[in-house]
Amino acid sequence: MPWDFADGLPIWRQIAVRIKSDVAGGRLVPGEKIASVRDLAVQAGVNPNTMQRALAQLEQEGILRTERTSGRYVTEDAAVLEVLRGQLASGIIADLYCKLRAIGMDDDQIVAAVAAWKDEG
Amino acid sequence: MALLECKTLAKRYGEVAALDGIDLSLEAGKVIGLLGPNGSGKTTLIKLANGLIKPTSGQVLIEGMAPCVKTKAKVAYLPDRDFLPEYMSTAQLLDYYEDFFADFDRERALGMLADLGLDASGRLKELSRGTREKVQLILTMSRRAHAYLLDEPIAGVDPAARDYILRTIISNYSPDSLVLISTHLIADIESVLDDVVFLKQGHVVLHESAEDLRERTGKSVDSLFREVFAC
Repeated sequence: MPWDFADGLPIWRQIAVRIKSDVAGGRLVPGEKIASVRDLAVQAGVNPNTMQRALAQLEQEGILRTERTSGRYVTEDAAVLEVLRGQLASGIIADLYCKLRAIGMDDDQIVAAVAAWKDEG
Repeated sequence: MALLECKTLAKRYGEVAALDGIDLSLEAGKVIGLLGPNGSGKTTLIKLANGLIKPTSGQVLIEGMAPCVKTKAKVAYLPDRDFLPEYMSTAQLLDYYEDFFADFDRERALGMLADLGLDASGRLKELSRGTREKVQLILTMSRRAHAYLLDEPIAGVDPAARDYILRTIISNYSPDSLVLISTHLIADIESVLDDVVFLKQGHVVLHESAEDLRERTGKSVDSLFREVFAC
């Protein structure tokens, strides 16, 4: 099954976010070797150059590292993972915040509603 | 050097300009969508590149050469209609392709036939239209060509086969070859394209990287196409 992509956003960015979520959520484990560009491109149903660009971006951010001969691995650097989790969290929170504001809630109500939801959870 | 180049390429049919002096340069290592509504010149361009018709003026070049026997050895072409002798079976066609094309990879063809569960003993005329299209596509994609010119490769096949064909194009990707896909089923192929070329009434109205286009416009190639070609 090809991956789902939203319309009108560069696909390489969407791939990068997806892999980041997999790393942050532990679906890709620190030190794990990831599949080749070609295999990942086939899995995702995207052009190999697009996949390459996403992986290059993740490398630049330190989330993946390349070993010259043996392939790409998920970083084991705990600090990088912490930053990554923070980054993803603020994106999700920003999205939630905007949606809650859009239905007319103020800041206090939002914080209270999130806390109440967690207690019910 | 560009793999496929058009220099003020024009083709007229009587009063009608199917291609009206286009300039286009396509590089190896890319999967390119040749997109346009019916009658925009897509098939004319592909036929010119294969030397099936001659330009009225201008040039089309494959690795710097006008279409000829030498370029045909490097270009794998899938026409938009049935083009093989229909009395032949798939097995006979494998031999036929092997005789004709030095770059034909029989193992690859057999692998794809097996993946799609196709039996090689059936004659083309006994196959359904969709199955015939699959066989033709497999033969075309089983060449180790420099350029693959695919004219409407997915129009007649079911969605599962479409996914398989797209996976084949992806896994077949080589930095040394060009894949040009003409289609109007853009949503289905948009994620495999490097670049898109929009043809409108014989003119190139857009030639851009698909990712840049999404970034610049905030739209999918498919919705942009619907805007540019709104009726």
